[in-house]
Amino acid sequence: MTRHLRGAVLPMLLLATWEAASRAHLVDPRLVPSPELVAYTAFDQVVHEGLLRNLAASLLRDVAGFTLGSSLGVMIGTVLGLSRIADRLFMPSFNGLRQIAILAWIPLISIWFGEGEAAKVVFIMAAALIPVVLNTHEGMCGASAKLVDVARTLTFTRWQLVTKLYLPSALPSIATGVHLALIYAWVASIGSEYFMTVGPGIGGLIIAGRERFQMDLVILGILILGLVGFLINRGASAVEARLLRWRDT
Amino acid sequence: MAGQGHLQIDSVSKAFRVNGAPLNVLDSVDLSVAPGEFLTIVGASGCGKSTLLRLIAGLDTEFAGNVVLDGKRVIEPSLDRGLVFQEPRLFPWLTVAQNVALGLLNAGLSKAQKSRSVAEHIALVGLTGFQDAYPHLLSGGMAQRAAIARGLVNRPGVLLLDEPFGSLDALTRARLQDELQRIWAAEGITMLLVTHDVEEAVYLGDRVVVMAPGPGRIAATFDVPQPRPRDRANPALARLQDRVMAALVSTTSEQSPAPHAASRPALAARAFLPEQGFRPI
Repeated sequence: MTRHLRGAVLPMLLLATWEAASRAHLVDPRLVPSPELVAYTAFDQVVHEGLLRNLAASLLRDVAGFTLGSSLGVMIGTVLGLSRIADRLFMPSFNGLRQIAILAWIPLISIWFGEGEAAKVVFIMAAALIPVVLNTHEGMCGASAKLVDVARTLTFTRWQLVTKLYLPSALPSIATGVHLALIYAWVASIGSEYFMTVGPGIGGLIIAGRERFQMDLVILGILILGLVGFLINRGASAVEARLLRWRDT
Repeated sequence: MAGQGHLQIDSVSKAFRVNGAPLNVLDSVDLSVAPGEFLTIVGASGCGKSTLLRLIAGLDTEFAGNVVLDGKRVIEPSLDRGLVFQEPRLFPWLTVAQNVALGLLNAGLSKAQKSRSVAEHIALVGLTGFQDAYPHLLSGGMAQRAAIARGLVNRPGVLLLDEPFGSLDALTRARLQDELQRIWAAEGITMLLVTHDVEEAVYLGDRVVVMAPGPGRIAATFDVPQPRPRDRANPALARLQDRVMAALVSTTSEQSPAPHAASRPALAARAFLPEQGFRPI
């Protein structure tokens, strides 16, 4: 418990500094609005402007892209990890492709998948896919040859080898990839709202704040992004610890 | 599922390719193991004893000659032949009971039969109470007991053991040797144990086979007529240990003729080195 409290010290300190600076008029309130104003804006947005609908829109997009990207990533990573031919054929190209910054794909994705929701989900999916493919591939390749010998003496079928040996032994690695994918997908959700057509979402909210020069709205949006990211990370760590409780750590 | 456990090894030879040149690791090994016999194989490092066990297990099928179990030629791994390795090799993400149950994955039993058999074999190796523990919580000896249970759970005709106690401390090793002897008597299956420990080979075996390296071949065979349960302090056993040790030492002396290895002196010299833990009684 004290560990969590210690983690809260720095944010609290920042909040106090922000409050003090606003009170003492050390900062221009148009550039850095006071905490009270941000809190009021939050209330106003929730009650009158449908903040929760915006949040739901972003989260839904995030979940859709993440789910598609990470499940596709586990499949691709498994095939690349288990088939030497597939590995030789596709891994070099994949390693080349992932060097291209994910944002660079936005123009192509917009043109191929249109202006709407589909393009955004495809973009988020691509962001989630990459770490999952890489980590799944690595986990599969790291399966112990000694355990493979055990599986062979126990006459495992090919399917049993994959489901009972390769996948579980790659699980810590896959979990790392999925955890990264969760973070990337959330970042990409907001990115898609910034760089693609404006629509409902927290990213849209921040853009609106900038256009109307409402810094309270911008700061509110940023705080929400941070909070959601923090909760996603926490949740992922908890699930990971539960799934990997057999590990000697 | 339990077969007779009659194992026949007919002029088995095996060569690996090392830098393109063939290196003979086994040279026409002939061996017949009677059903229910406890046979131990002792040899210095590099004599091919572990390779021989892998061939019998069906893990490696590229060799000359025949391995026949109960009239059937060995061409692949089968549940008729259990294998216990030097390390326990448990699946770390499965509990003890789940690990033991892996041995029955393809046994074609009902769920109830499987869980009964798993519980029985966990009890047989003395791990009752630990069936739900994950491997990282077990001591080396307990983990090896679980591995033995996994090898036995399908009631194979033959249990192959590749230096199963090699990495355990002396006390645990002695205790597990006694346990293994008890299990062997209770299950009545054929056991083939490979070791570099002469004392262990003589204490456990009905027969002790001494293998020579470069290339691996059978140098001598000793009968151990002592009745069981055996007493470690029995002077007859000690005398036999001396004789086995003498035979073993003579296999690793420099003069030992090794026509196949002569062309590869560096490799051969390394293969002749006795293993650590090789002790002069």
